[in-house]
Amino acid sequence: MQKFALSLATATMLIGAAATSMAADGRDYISVVGSSTVYPFSTAVAEQFGKATKFKTPKIESTGTGGGIKLFCSGSGVDTPDIANASRQIKKAEIETCAKNGVTEIVEVKVGYDGIVLANSKKSEQFKLSRKDLFMALAKEVPSPEGGDKLVANPYKTWKEVNDKLPAAKIEVLGPPPTSGTRDAFVEMVMDHGCTAFESIKALKSKDEKQFKAVCQTVREDGAFIEAGENDNLIVQKLEANPNSLGIFGFSFLDQNADKIQASSIDGQAPTFETIADGKYPVSRPLFIYVKKAHVGVIPGIAEYLTEFTSERAWSEEGYLAEKGLIPSPKNERKTIAADAKALNVIVNNKF
Amino acid sequence: MSENHQISTMDRVSVGLAARYRKERRFRLFGISAIVASLLFLALLLASITAKGYTAFRQTEVLLDVYLDPAVLDVHNLATANYAALVRDAALALFPQVESRQDKRIVGKLISTGAAYRLQDLVTSKPELIGSTRPIWVPADDEVDMFVKGHIPRDVPEAERRVSDKQASWIDQLVAADRLKLKFNTAFFEAGDSREPELAGIRGAAAGSMFTLAITLLLSFPVGVAAAVYLEEFAPKNRWTDLIEVNINNLAAIPSIVFGLLGLAVFLNFMNLPRSASLVGGLVLTLMTLPTIIIASRASLKSVPPSIREAALGVGASKMQTISHHILPLAMPGMMTGAIIGMARALGETAPLLMIGMVAFIVDVPNSFSDPATVLPVQIFLWADSPERAFVERTSAAIMILLLLLLAMNAAAVFLRNKFERRW
Repeated sequence: MQKFALSLATATMLIGAAATSMAADGRDYISVVGSSTVYPFSTAVAEQFGKATKFKTPKIESTGTGGGIKLFCSGSGVDTPDIANASRQIKKAEIETCAKNGVTEIVEVKVGYDGIVLANSKKSEQFKLSRKDLFMALAKEVPSPEGGDKLVANPYKTWKEVNDKLPAAKIEVLGPPPTSGTRDAFVEMVMDHGCTAFESIKALKSKDEKQFKAVCQTVREDGAFIEAGENDNLIVQKLEANPNSLGIFGFSFLDQNADKIQASSIDGQAPTFETIADGKYPVSRPLFIYVKKAHVGVIPGIAEYLTEFTSERAWSEEGYLAEKGLIPSPKNERKTIAADAKALNVIVNNKF
Repeated sequence: MSENHQISTMDRVSVGLAARYRKERRFRLFGISAIVASLLFLALLLASITAKGYTAFRQTEVLLDVYLDPAVLDVHNLATANYAALVRDAALALFPQVESRQDKRIVGKLISTGAAYRLQDLVTSKPELIGSTRPIWVPADDEVDMFVKGHIPRDVPEAERRVSDKQASWIDQLVAADRLKLKFNTAFFEAGDSREPELAGIRGAAAGSMFTLAITLLLSFPVGVAAAVYLEEFAPKNRWTDLIEVNINNLAAIPSIVFGLLGLAVFLNFMNLPRSASLVGGLVLTLMTLPTIIIASRASLKSVPPSIREAALGVGASKMQTISHHILPLAMPGMMTGAIIGMARALGETAPLLMIGMVAFIVDVPNSFSDPATVLPVQIFLWADSPERAFVERTSAAIMILLLLLLAMNAAAVFLRNKFERRW
């Protein structure tokens, strides 16, 4: 018994000693953090990269764009990530934080596009929506239906009330919570645009930007918009179970579940590979990865990882990323971006 | 007078007797229905997971006759040979009628990208095979797998399926020729994570869980037992020990995410330990399980009767001897039960690991405590969030494995208690 206790105590002390001596002093794999939207693509690249080269497979964390950039900008050293995935462009404030922490040289690579779709179950009618309809259906306050500029709490209960041409179904939209990048993008690209269809609100934009944003971006909270969590698979399953609701999620989930759900067209454009790639479909956004130039050459494989990401076999129309749902950039653009990535051209701060 | 009184009491008793029996029966009925309801929910959960997940233990494989072309395979440079081309040629050979370039590409897509790696393993281990034609079972693509298992329905319009009519007819052709079969899914147990469902496995996550739990057990059990022994046997009863006791009980009820935040601040930011390592995961889970172990250990120390202490002291044993020779061995089964239950809780934990970077895509199976690792519940979480349909069944299959492990641990706890526990 005593011996057992003694050996346990020794083991405990050994671990303690190992823990203190094993501070992160060397790393032989690439560390990537950031957006959950880019995650499926960067993991696919990482796996190919790990199998095809002599380097270790990069480690990829799905932290969300904001959280990822915060970690990325926390300093320059092997204990900080080398690459940040982002479903939006890096903000000026974030570049400044980066610079303050010694991360001055950042390489930006636009890897492709992602579409955000509104879809419902195949069991019910397909929707033809406009961004104005969506604003009227989902905003917390809308211009009074009786006319005039006064804003009232959203009175619409069915889609037919919003627009005569839509079915008389109850308004019920499942979407991601405010912490999600998909929600940010949806609000910016759909709601902001939709509310400028009203002259009175449009006028507000130049007068009082803050008020404008509050009006356009606040989503109603009376049960018509349901926050269904970050898990897009869950939203797809709920749509199947409840044919009357619409769901908001990324294009790749539509692509994988085309036998169960159908996408609504927005402003006359159905979300397809082609319409998103050429920018006709209004709700699409570019995806980026940001690379710390100071780490290239310190952590093995970063340059090669970039080469793999920007290779035609990965990010072209025929590449394996398209298979995973990434919408490729146009060919000429790809060429420039790949060249920029190869040369490790850093972001010039005054660009913003 | 007294006679009258007696009778009236008996009467009163017998009048109420039926109602009292009824009351008891009702109470029992409530108890039974509560148990039935909870069993029903458990059965429902298990049934739905099993129904969704059991298909994942088998994987569609295709039999290819691969010509190990000496022109492609250079014996001195086997690592960089183009194995994918050999696989594609072998797949095309099955469909001599396919001519257009477009169709050839689609044929190539029936086979998983993992086939090339399986071929590479074979050739590397047996280079003498080069130059011969070998029949090899290789994994099919995940969409073929889903189609064969019926998760992609045949009866919907072609445009809405991820498997086209042409591919479907090819698959039927392979089945008819006995070249396409469901086989035991070894990759699921032998591989790390992958973005291709047919190549994804739980080995990496299971190894990560093992390393993490090993650290947790090695740290929390001795520390927990030592704390319990001191508090129970040596510590004076005063306001300070009361305060400590209240705090330990409080810690046991703290949401686990808080321990994750603590781990992030102390182990990563202050002590500069590596991110995503099972070492840090183990440290964080140690903090989480310590209170559980301390509480269980104290309870089991308390249950050792004072007569044993007094007898040992009476024959001249020192306090130290009394504890290490008599009290601890008698209390050990109870302590171990507490430890196992604490470990089982740690095995199922994801929230604190989120903060220290263990929620990550990691392909390589971890080999040491400092390698980046993830754990089983995190793997389940990551798969549940993947768009590919084939991950749905794999998610459920991984849940089944996790439940089995938990069941085994809890069964071990019950076994230890029954075997070693002594009653006085």
